[in-house]
Amino acid sequence: MELDVYMLSRLQFALTIMFHYLFPPLTIGLSWLMVIMEGMHLKTGDREYEAIARFWTELFAVVFAMGVATGIVMEFQFGTNWATYSRYVGDVFGSPLAAEGIFAFFLESSFLAVLVFGWDRVSARMHFFSTCMVSFGAMLSSIWIVVANSWQQTPAGFVVNETLGRAEITSFRAMVFNPSTVHRVMHVWLGAGILGAFFVLSISSYYLLHGRHTRMARKMFKVALAVGTFMSLAALGSGHLQAKNVGATQPAKLAAFEGLYKTPAEGEGAPLYLFGLPNDETESVDFGFAVPGGLSFLMYESFKTPVTGLDQFPREDWPPVNLSFQAYHMMLTVGVFFIGITLLACFFWWRGTVFDQRWLLWVFVFAVIGPFIGNEAGWCAAEIGRQPWIVYGLLRTGEAFSPAVSAGQVVFSIGMFLALYTFMFLVWIFIMSKKIQKGPELREAASGAHSGALNGADKSEEG
Amino acid sequence: MDLEVIWFFLLGILLAGYALLDGFDLGVGILHPFVRDDRDRRVLLNSIGPFWDGNEVWLVTFGGAMFAAFPEVYATVFSGLYTALMLLLCALIFRAISLELRSKLDQPGWRSFWDWAFALGSGVATLLFGVAVGNAMTGLPVKEVNGHIEYVGTFFNLLGPYQLLVGVFTLAMFALHGNLYLCLKTDGELHQRVRGWTAKTFTFFLVTYLAVTVYTLAKIGHALDNFKKHPTAWIIAVICALAVMNIPRSLAKNRPGAAFLSSSAAIVLLNALLGLTLWPNLVISSIDPMFNLHIYNAASSPKTLKIMLTIALLGMPLVLAYTSAIYWIFRGKVQVDKMTY
Repeated sequence: MELDVYMLSRLQFALTIMFHYLFPPLTIGLSWLMVIMEGMHLKTGDREYEAIARFWTELFAVVFAMGVATGIVMEFQFGTNWATYSRYVGDVFGSPLAAEGIFAFFLESSFLAVLVFGWDRVSARMHFFSTCMVSFGAMLSSIWIVVANSWQQTPAGFVVNETLGRAEITSFRAMVFNPSTVHRVMHVWLGAGILGAFFVLSISSYYLLHGRHTRMARKMFKVALAVGTFMSLAALGSGHLQAKNVGATQPAKLAAFEGLYKTPAEGEGAPLYLFGLPNDETESVDFGFAVPGGLSFLMYESFKTPVTGLDQFPREDWPPVNLSFQAYHMMLTVGVFFIGITLLACFFWWRGTVFDQRWLLWVFVFAVIGPFIGNEAGWCAAEIGRQPWIVYGLLRTGEAFSPAVSAGQVVFSIGMFLALYTFMFLVWIFIMSKKIQKGPELREAASGAHSGALNGADKSEEG
Repeated sequence: MDLEVIWFFLLGILLAGYALLDGFDLGVGILHPFVRDDRDRRVLLNSIGPFWDGNEVWLVTFGGAMFAAFPEVYATVFSGLYTALMLLLCALIFRAISLELRSKLDQPGWRSFWDWAFALGSGVATLLFGVAVGNAMTGLPVKEVNGHIEYVGTFFNLLGPYQLLVGVFTLAMFALHGNLYLCLKTDGELHQRVRGWTAKTFTFFLVTYLAVTVYTLAKIGHALDNFKKHPTAWIIAVICALAVMNIPRSLAKNRPGAAFLSSSAAIVLLNALLGLTLWPNLVISSIDPMFNLHIYNAASSPKTLKIMLTIALLGMPLVLAYTSAIYWIFRGKVQVDKMTY
């Protein structure tokens, strides 16, 4: 593999998007939990929920700042490193990005100011409204960016203008609601919800194990467990629908996900590998364990219906099979883990003993790594599986880079991002753990604008 | 009116909005090292706390709108100015996280590190914006390569004397703008000190303003083309000069609000002058005018421009509503006992 401008630009894109994508799903997921917890405060007047909401807002602000700082890189990078792509697709791809700025970023950033700086400036209701708006803004932002990316996966609503050598829009509606948008937005949101829930579960479990903030930690834990269980189960359903959609719209990608080199003969089903090592040389999966006909069943509810294999595509149109397969299976594995662990915790919750299961709480402390891996692996699967196309079936990634940029320049910027992001990551972990060590603080009853909204404030100290 | 023309104006509005709004918080960053006391530094950070993030969205939206409306310009300029943009990103990232992290730990070494990151990030970003404007004025070494207009210079081609002068001018302009903003946001002893700086920041601004004006008139030949065709355009330059002169006048009358409005007007009018110089081009080729990227050969299809116009018409009233709401909620002086940063 030669490290030319093209490969270096891909490397940089992978590095910067993977680092960026640690934060936005956490922002979205946490924002939902903040809406619930702040809503509980308004509804019940329980001061502990206010303390919880303030605590999460502080952490949220740090996560949000990391998302903003790394997000602006992404918007610049289409132009800096993928100029040919930008020229080819700008007519179609540019408008969702601009819409994201106008509709989502302004909304988010304005109301975030109220969230972080406004506790004593606005009423409790207005603050709650702002939390809802930040959450709404984060969701709008994810919609527009997933629209843009889905258009790369399943382009629709455009024609190719041969004279100008570019794609031009014919229907904005068809572009926005291209065949994969809705499935992918849902799946991204569920991934975000799982991450938010596991993040809260991890920190509350940590408090519970150390006997700190016990009452508040129990409240947070229960809210997060309910959300996490629902999202984990829903992600399974959404993932299933999305995989079927990939099979219909990007068959080579699905074949790579499943390591399906050969299309089964008529009347024979395609196997479903639980794990394995796809081998491009022998065109088979080594060390694998498969459910016979399993893939056919998932796709067509019949064990005997053939599924299109990679042999139906010329080799130059194959995605990297092994990478796609492993990323996809990594996502599935953690997804199954989320369902198992949350259902188990729900069982103990139902029995009334969940907070006595110290081993389970320890598992939850570390389980937050799972959704980070799941979100990253899911995106890797989506993006690697789309290769060798930057716009599926339309423009190859290898033709899309910037002719005006030299390899040396990209080496410089990769070095810069590596250093910068390593440093940012360490500082982020450090500050988050400081804040978590400090924990939520129950404030005195009279806290300006807020006391008005309370009915029967509960001033009792935590246990 | 042609859609291409409308989008030239809309991009101008986004750029002017960015310069006007982020200008003051970048300016606060540039002035940050000049206050020493930790509490005072926190006042400075909190004066821009609720606003800086929203202000930066104007830049992001400007970038997105340029991508959508003039993809050829977005691709040529962003890939051509690669190294400069990477430095800009580095500066903006440092700035964003230093604001968020600085006061999270009560430790002198930590705080002074982030203080410098914030100041340098703000200064470098401002300087680079100015250098970019300077290059827009002089034109860039771009020419046709394989059917597209590509940048054929190096990073150091961007750093000519005129471009650097415009960079320093922008630094002075934002420092003054931020200074005037701080006059509105501080009180007590800090206010007196900040107020005392205005003589210096205004002088710095005036000197560089005159230098850029003279240099532009003397050396940038094509800068006057549109003014020769439409002499009424000189009115904008005159009003801009009047706005600048109104700054010391308002300060002398002890009306910092009017001074801030004057510097805001000057920034918007300077953007208008930039637009007038470029019109109808977006990128001027310093090699041959036949390689210019203008609003017609760089634009998206009319359909996209129309869709984008709908998006802008729907979105802009919302943006103005949130922005004014935030500036209203957080009006007045910074309250020291309720600081977040």
